[in-house]
Amino acid sequence: MTNTILTVEDLHVAFKTQHGKLTAVRGVNFELKKGETLAIVGESGSGKSVTAKSIMQLLPKATTEVTKGDIHYNGESLLKMSKNQITDLRGSEISMVFQDPMTSLNPTMKVGKQIMEGVQRHERLTKAQARERALDMLKLVGIPQAESRLDNYPHQFSGGMRQRVVIALALACNPKVLIADEPTTALDVTIQAQILELMKDLQKKTDTAIILITHDLGVVANMADRVAVMYGGKIVEQGTLDEIFYSPKHPYTLGLLRSMPKLNEDRGQPLMPIAGSPPNLATLGEGCAFAARCPHTMAVCHTYTPRDTVSETGHSVACWLQDSRVSKEVDKTELVESGNSST
Amino acid sequence: MTRYLLQRIGFMLITLFIIVTATFFLMQLLPGTPFTNPEKLTDSQLTILNAKYGLDQPVAMQYIQYIGNLLQGDLGYSFQHEGRTVTSMISGRIGPSAFIGLQALVIGAIMGLLLGIVSALKHNSILDYGSVTLAVLGMSIPSFVFAALLQYYVGVKLGWLPVALWEGYSSTLLPSIALSVTVTATVARFIRSEMLEVIGQDYIITARAKGLKENQVMVKHVIRNALIPVVTMLGPLAVSIMTGTLVIEKIFAVPGLGEQFTLSILVLDYSVIMGITIFYSALFIFVVFVVDIIYSLLDPRINYKGGAA
Repeated sequence: MTNTILTVEDLHVAFKTQHGKLTAVRGVNFELKKGETLAIVGESGSGKSVTAKSIMQLLPKATTEVTKGDIHYNGESLLKMSKNQITDLRGSEISMVFQDPMTSLNPTMKVGKQIMEGVQRHERLTKAQARERALDMLKLVGIPQAESRLDNYPHQFSGGMRQRVVIALALACNPKVLIADEPTTALDVTIQAQILELMKDLQKKTDTAIILITHDLGVVANMADRVAVMYGGKIVEQGTLDEIFYSPKHPYTLGLLRSMPKLNEDRGQPLMPIAGSPPNLATLGEGCAFAARCPHTMAVCHTYTPRDTVSETGHSVACWLQDSRVSKEVDKTELVESGNSST
Repeated sequence: MTRYLLQRIGFMLITLFIIVTATFFLMQLLPGTPFTNPEKLTDSQLTILNAKYGLDQPVAMQYIQYIGNLLQGDLGYSFQHEGRTVTSMISGRIGPSAFIGLQALVIGAIMGLLLGIVSALKHNSILDYGSVTLAVLGMSIPSFVFAALLQYYVGVKLGWLPVALWEGYSSTLLPSIALSVTVTATVARFIRSEMLEVIGQDYIITARAKGLKENQVMVKHVIRNALIPVVTMLGPLAVSIMTGTLVIEKIFAVPGLGEQFTLSILVLDYSVIMGITIFYSALFIFVVFVVDIIYSLLDPRINYKGGAA
């Protein structure tokens, strides 16, 4: 257990709206081990980014609230920390890379200074030493002519180069955890591959644990050690990369994998979407959030929320189909067969 | 950059030329003559006077002559004050106007920034609602209403400051304060909305994620970025204050350029009207130009060289 660096327990996050509280994250549990990459996958509105931002406590206090649960970093509760303790942790222990490199850098500040700012905040360095560090970081993330680039402004960089700067900024103080919130969504495909390669590379060098938030299963396959699939504010399935990709147990995971176009399929094959649309968080009550769209839905799914069924390897699924308490009459074979399962 | 500057200066001169032409002909359409009681003058007197001031020429000829003189920097003589050049009349009157205007601008900018920044930092609080209400009032109530209120309460009832006239520094305060209300309101509203916009930007989250303290985020990232557009607004505001002094100078009996301007329109002192119009327009055009230059220095994204850097 000493290997675990970050634990999220039964996290509930609510938005305060005019019509009362809207719970966007409804009981998220996961652990992050040192040096591993955990991918959190899910469609828009499933609560991925909210979960990530609540770890850093970057959600606006005026409109959001953690209503239940806790987050532990190295055994200490982040939610019970004072504001100063949290800001001390940000950037030095836990860092974040955001989705859009075009907007996540201050347009009127030189990039070198933006990196130095964080370094000087956390470490007792002279200006020259901080500049040296910024230079090293730019070199590390593969920016050519780093020396002269330090004094450039963000608009003088291309999108891919800017994301490199953002990564340099996030890693400048050698954090233990890097939260990457859709780091490649705004980039074109060739640049995506470069950035992912860079992140993998840096992870090897620095042994940083990464939480990778994405909706791109291709990126997940490329990067992750473990995968958590989110739906309707909950993690519905969690396991190793192989478990999720080769023996998915939750109908939603299965739907996600099936909906991806495949290169080896015959041309003209229609894509297989998941029928229906994501749930309205305001009207979600008891029961499984996916029940309305699930092809295998049973009476119990609408009335009781499924619990996590955990296998020996740690593969956990929140689905009644996997729950031993549901009568054996339910035909589970259909589900297993329809996946490209090896179990 | 040099190319851009030359181009800009060229356009500035063209703009000024159009303003001069339009004013010249519009002014001729005003009813009446520059003479106070033309019906009492004999025909021969009128002929002599018209010849003296060049009014016997057709309007087109007068225009060509005027432009010719203007190109040599000569704004001509006043029709009302025998032997006084328009240039000397402007330079003699500009002092009080500039002083009141600049003082109002400084007061307004400081008050406006304070009000706006507090309001943005305490968004959706009582403080915010209070200062927004003040700003709306300040923008919608004309400055002469404040002038009258200040004169009555501060000048007459409390007797703290002189009600009017131009006798030492204390007489500059009331007109400046009356003028500064609009500036305060405009700046406060502007900086508030700019700050709220910047606070919502992604790079502010980045700054917070770096672990910067909240006041570092506010000063270095939010306020700095929000101030840049304020500069563009302050320039034209400065000029509009100087022209806005027309009414205020009248109310407080300040011997400024605005008062001179109103007077010269009433008596149709053609050359003075032209002179002051040219002066104000040139000032305005120049200030806008300077603001654009300053803007390019403050915001690295703006680049007049053309093309990417």
